[in-house]
Amino acid sequence: MLLLLAVVIGVLYGSAVYLLLRRNIFKLILGLIFLGHATNLLLFVASGLTSGYPAFIRFITGESESMADPLPQALILTAIVIGLGVTAFALVLVYRFYSVTKTVDLDELSENE
Amino acid sequence: MNTGLFITLLLFLSFLAPFTRRYLRGAAGWIYAILPLTGFIYYLGLLPAINDGMVILESYRWIDVYGINFSFYIDGFSILFSLIVLGIGTFILIYAGKYMQTYPMQGRFMAYLILFMASMQGVVVSGNLITMFVFWELTSISSYMLIGYYHEKPEARMAALQALLITGFGGLALLGGFILLGIPYGTYELSAILANPDLIKQSPLYLPALILILIGAFTKSAQFPFHFWLPGAMAAPSPVSAFLHSATMVKAGVFLLARLSPVMGGTELWHVLLTLFGGFTMVAGAWLSITQTDLKRILAYTTVSALGTLVLLIGTGTQYAMNAAIIFLLVHALYKGTLFLMAGNIEKVSGTRDINMLGGLYKSMPVAAIIMTLALVSMAGIPPMLGFIGKELIYESAVFAPTAKYLILIAAFFTNTVLVFLSLRLSLDVFWGDRPQYGKRPYEPYFALLVGPFLLMLGGLLLGLFPKILAEPLTASAITSISPGHDAVGLKLWHGINTALLLSIMTLIAGIMAYKYKVAFIAYSGGVNVRYFAREFAKGFASGMDAFLLYTKNQTKRIQHGYHRYYLMTVFAVASVLVWVMIWRTDPIVLELNFADMPLNLVAVLVLIVAAALSAVVSHSRVIALIAMGVIGFGITIIFIAYSGVDLAITMVMVEVLMVILAVAVLYHLPKYQKYSETGDRMRDGLVAALVGSFMMVLVLQAGTSQLGVPISDFFKETSYTEAFGRNIVNVILVDYRALDTLGEITVIAIAALGIFSMIKLTKKVKS
Amino acid sequence: MESVILQIAARHMRPLLIILSLVVLYRGHNEPGGGFIGGLMLGAAYILYAMAFGVAKTQNRFVFSPLNLTALGLLIAVVSGIPALFAGDTFMTGEWITLFADTVAELKLGTPLIFDVGVYLAVAGMLMLVMFSIMEE
Repeated sequence: MLLLLAVVIGVLYGSAVYLLLRRNIFKLILGLIFLGHATNLLLFVASGLTSGYPAFIRFITGESESMADPLPQALILTAIVIGLGVTAFALVLVYRFYSVTKTVDLDELSENE
Repeated sequence: MNTGLFITLLLFLSFLAPFTRRYLRGAAGWIYAILPLTGFIYYLGLLPAINDGMVILESYRWIDVYGINFSFYIDGFSILFSLIVLGIGTFILIYAGKYMQTYPMQGRFMAYLILFMASMQGVVVSGNLITMFVFWELTSISSYMLIGYYHEKPEARMAALQALLITGFGGLALLGGFILLGIPYGTYELSAILANPDLIKQSPLYLPALILILIGAFTKSAQFPFHFWLPGAMAAPSPVSAFLHSATMVKAGVFLLARLSPVMGGTELWHVLLTLFGGFTMVAGAWLSITQTDLKRILAYTTVSALGTLVLLIGTGTQYAMNAAIIFLLVHALYKGTLFLMAGNIEKVSGTRDINMLGGLYKSMPVAAIIMTLALVSMAGIPPMLGFIGKELIYESAVFAPTAKYLILIAAFFTNTVLVFLSLRLSLDVFWGDRPQYGKRPYEPYFALLVGPFLLMLGGLLLGLFPKILAEPLTASAITSISPGHDAVGLKLWHGINTALLLSIMTLIAGIMAYKYKVAFIAYSGGVNVRYFAREFAKGFASGMDAFLLYTKNQTKRIQHGYHRYYLMTVFAVASVLVWVMIWRTDPIVLELNFADMPLNLVAVLVLIVAAALSAVVSHSRVIALIAMGVIGFGITIIFIAYSGVDLAITMVMVEVLMVILAVAVLYHLPKYQKYSETGDRMRDGLVAALVGSFMMVLVLQAGTSQLGVPISDFFKETSYTEAFGRNIVNVILVDYRALDTLGEITVIAIAALGIFSMIKLTKKVKS
Repeated sequence: MESVILQIAARHMRPLLIILSLVVLYRGHNEPGGGFIGGLMLGAAYILYAMAFGVAKTQNRFVFSPLNLTALGLLIAVVSGIPALFAGDTFMTGEWITLFADTVAELKLGTPLIFDVGVYLAVAGMLMLVMFSIMEE
């Protein structure tokens, strides 16, 4: 399963990078979102895959051995919510950008300094 | 009291000055002066013990591991310097309180002046190289503020920037030198370094360390070819020139050389470099001062010359030379402080500083005239002032110099002749002779403006009259602390008839002759200057800076082209190449392909994610991009559920829904996709993307198959319920173990929300 | 957008969602849930309402501003770190008290719970702030 997940993460990163390199500003944001997803998944997968044992204390001896690693999960939880904040900010920025410049082409931005 | 407390108090006073100045009115200078005076008395009180061989060490922990501490090291040399800094500082504050009374922003001016005093005091008592560097840079910064005090004048700003750039550059070199010096010792404590002075000389680091430290010292002490910032700094108000640019700050470089001379000195290289630069600066400064007409610029060039003399003496390094250095240091501080302050007074009462526009001022200001003339007597090296003893020692050390004796002798003779000439000029041409028409009626300066110059002059006189009783105790331990193994030579006014005395008399005669034919002398000097020094250093520096700025601007334009995708592409391409090289060089990963742990339903989800990602990339439709975004989000949610990330899955579902809603809301306003890039560009971007994606894939496999050390999570698992009373470990980490991170995170999202709010609401207001 | 179905749904969903968010918040320490998830739910309750009835009406009806809610959340989160200072620990150390010890109703209360409430309010406020701003456009 690790192999398949690695492929998925690779594809996500690849598409994120490709989208980030576009001139259309909305695609740039899309790339940013993909990049966030890919990284969350990367953290999650890199800490090892455990199915069926969430990180809850249940008073069964020896349980902590097989339990999922809680720390990456806590990090990802934070990252998801921050990702929401940043994405929302970026989307509104795009919206303002367009309503001021009437273009979604980032190259025009650098040419019209 | 101790030194740490005293410097803290000074800094605190500097902080208070802007707030209190307006309430204290005219008394401000007098009141602020109490603190440095207290320090002066404190250090004077330490002198007897120091003379008995005591050294005071004081240390406050800072970065102990690296041998960096706020340490103070107080021996005879530090005390002498402290007395100069604080003694003159006291008078400067009194003087400045009155002098600056008609100017705006005096509180700020006083604050900078006191800040400077604190940092200078810090330099001279610091017992750790890094501490010294910190104070050293503080003097540069506060002096920048002070030189640029008349900031509405472009030349003041230029001079301030010039001084800051040069001393700042030197400071940087100095830091490098200090770090190199510290390496063999493993500490930056001065006491440790002084205790074992030969260690650095045996190290290969000696040469680079020496050169860097010399650059630092030479820039600060205005040695050729860095000398030009000092005359430029005369744009500062007179109290500043008197304090920083004659008595204290420019001496910091000399201080450093003297302080480190037991450690860095004694080698051929040290000797040659210091003698060469010091000697040349001494002569060049004297020469350039001849043609100046501005009182302060004349004094500035003689200061450059004096600094050269000090460097030369330290470089010579013999017993006589070290004695001469210390005595001359004191002499120069005393008379030059007086002269600068008097230059300020003259400008104040007559409205000009141009020596050709002055004359006959004795009738209007007799007291001032006598004070200034006596200080000039000291500068000319005529008994009974201390200046005479200083000059005798300089000649004496030149006579006994180990190398290049005659060259040094001629240079010293020339310099002192110019000093005699200038002394005559500054006194006779200013106070006597024809009285020109002044813009305003000159008058005797106020008491507060005279007390400082008078007492400094008096100091020079008394020390000269009673060298055994006064000057020797003051300087003896300073001399032994910078040149261990050498005793102080006895000081006296009358040495008997010897070479030095004969030289002195010849100097006097030569100086008087030069004054007699001054028109011709100045014209000749000016002619030589036009021929050989046609291009001013300051202008050369300015155009050099301009060229440098233009160069960097062009460079920046090339690197900072403004196209986001090329920035990103550079980052991605470089990262891929580096990571791929690393992957190439590590062992291959061994993977067991186990179809049993690949549930079909999950595989289907993964296929969906991949399909969605690829369609988002290739699609020309925005709706498909949005759908792909949703599919990926929910797909990841399912992966979270499948592998025990319950909280993650819940959060992800909610966030994903909101994100899609937001994207729809924004996309609704945006135009349809357009084709912006050519097929070739797409291929290139695709290649970069493929490189990044593939190395990330390999990294995941490596991370997933390796385990380094014990995971920190074991601690969380063990203590989550027993100590933090929570069974949901993820939540406990968020709100307890790493609560500070979470606090930072909700701050971030609050700021993002505020940003969105203001972007939408505020622009609306502008529209309406 | 006037949809009766949505309006009715939103009117009834709002209190349910609020209660649900509180439950999720409270049980978050031991079961799946917590401040983040609860906050998102609380935000969702009002966003749904605003979608059905409009932002202006929502804000008039329930008199609060999302901006203040966010600020309040942040404030509570910061304040929850302070008791630790009085106990001689570093800022943000969890401090606990036990009520009704050794009885059936034993209840452990601690500053992490207060902190979680801060997170809950801040997340909800931020969500509403963002969504309301965009929906008003």
